Amino acid sequence: MANYTLTTPLTSEDTRQLKAGDTVLLNGTIYTARDAAHKRLVELLEKGEELPFDIEGSVIYFVGPTPPKPGDPIGSAGPTTSYRMDSYSPTMLQYGSKGMIGKGKRNQVVKDACKEYDGIYFGATGGAGALLGKKITSAEVIAYPELGPEAVRKITVKDFPVTVINDTYGNDLYQMGREQYEVKD
Amino acid sequence: MREIEFDEVVKAVRDIIVHCGTDLPQDTYDALKEAMENEKSLVSKEVIRQILENADIAKDEKRPLCQDTGLAVFFVKVGDEVRIKGGLLRDAINKGTEQGYKDAYLRASTCEPFSRANLKDTVGYNLPAIIHFDIVAGDKIDIEYAAKGGGSENVSRARVFPPAAGKEGIIEYVKEVISDAGGNPCPPITVGVGIGGTFEKACISSKHALFRDIGSVNEDPEMAEMEGNILEEINKLGIGAMGMGGTKTALAVHIESNPCHIASLPVSVNVQCHSSRHTHITI
Ligand code: SF4
Repeated sequence: MANYTLTTPLTSEDTRQLKAGDTVLLNGTIYTARDAAHKRLVELLEKGEELPFDIEGSVIYFVGPTPPKPGDPIGSAGPTTSYRMDSYSPTMLQYGSKGMIGKGKRNQVVKDACKEYDGIYFGATGGAGALLGKKITSAEVIAYPELGPEAVRKITVKDFPVTVINDTYGNDLYQMGREQYEVKD
Repeated sequence: MREIEFDEVVKAVRDIIVHCGTDLPQDTYDALKEAMENEKSLVSKEVIRQILENADIAKDEKRPLCQDTGLAVFFVKVGDEVRIKGGLLRDAINKGTEQGYKDAYLRASTCEPFSRANLKDTVGYNLPAIIHFDIVAGDKIDIEYAAKGGGSENVSRARVFPPAAGKEGIIEYVKEVISDAGGNPCPPITVGVGIGGTFEKACISSKHALFRDIGSVNEDPEMAEMEGNILEEINKLGIGAMGMGGTKTALAVHIESNPCHIASLPVSVNVQCHSSRHTHITI
């Protein structure tokens, strides 16, 4: 298992080198969105309209942060459970997004879309909101402020630690890891 | 009859919420540390290391441990010789909850079930709290509090078995629930199992079981043994920290069991993530 440092936007070249179980320190701009925002983003894509950000090579972080303390760009910001985005992620990948950060397993459709469109599903440590929030150096709401914690934010990350769960080859760390450590009687 | 000022309760509740938002309880911290030392998978070891580093940062810098700061859940034992002066106990707990969540910059996560509208501006900031009352002898109020996140609540389940299912049926069921949950509830988890009573009694017992300190021993030796057996079975599943594969899926299993109807064996499994924010005060 290898360690990488990557900067967004990601290219197919970036994503194809990654394998399930690799760790990556992400740098650059990423976008936050949970289910409510995904619903709207995918509707825009399907209508052929512009997104509030450039989707090409983008990495989407599934997070609804706590309110920032005065002087901080963002509050605690760990990943939320990803399956709620399963019905939207394939469309995002199809239109050029290259990465997602969340926690928990994805369905086969998402895994297949990762293979087809060179996408990566990264896992971040759930519940490590204080640690991960500190890796975010700036944050700005760029769409849907009325969704509160679920608004779309443009954030800058510095050495944001993630692990490759689903790679572009159809591998799944959750399955592989579990098979390795499962004790069968 | 002892009288306690309404505002004293408000402040006490506010203070425990602020504290729990940023300070992981010692029992959980110690159990995670032990899990990290014994974990065989390097990936999972690193995840637990991050969880512990996160706890240190949260405590030192007073940042919320997790962005899901939960719904506020209380088990309250009210002495029969105490009354609240200046208002209702329920209102005092709700007011303290609102103040605590606001003061500590915790997230308001309570919403209307269908429109999903956040209730912070209508009902109150992260209100209403979930409160379970009990009346006991004495002149004190005993408050157990936990911030319950959604990820682990979402994988929790309950079922009423026929009596013949017995202990084996229960063990199999808990294993099945945890196996299906995988990494979603943010393992290493604590598993609360409520057995017996009625359907809702089993559910409430499984929740209450999560308030017990990790490392404490069940007073009922039979249940203590069963807890050990279930824990062993869960850790054989190989789920590991955050589901990335490993030997430490659960830190503990806590059982609360109750007498039940001759026709039924209710079982509830309530899961608690590693961010086990819970505490206990007496006023
Ligand atoms: S399950 Fe627990 S640790 Fe994980 S995101 Fe939810 S509250 Fe945080």
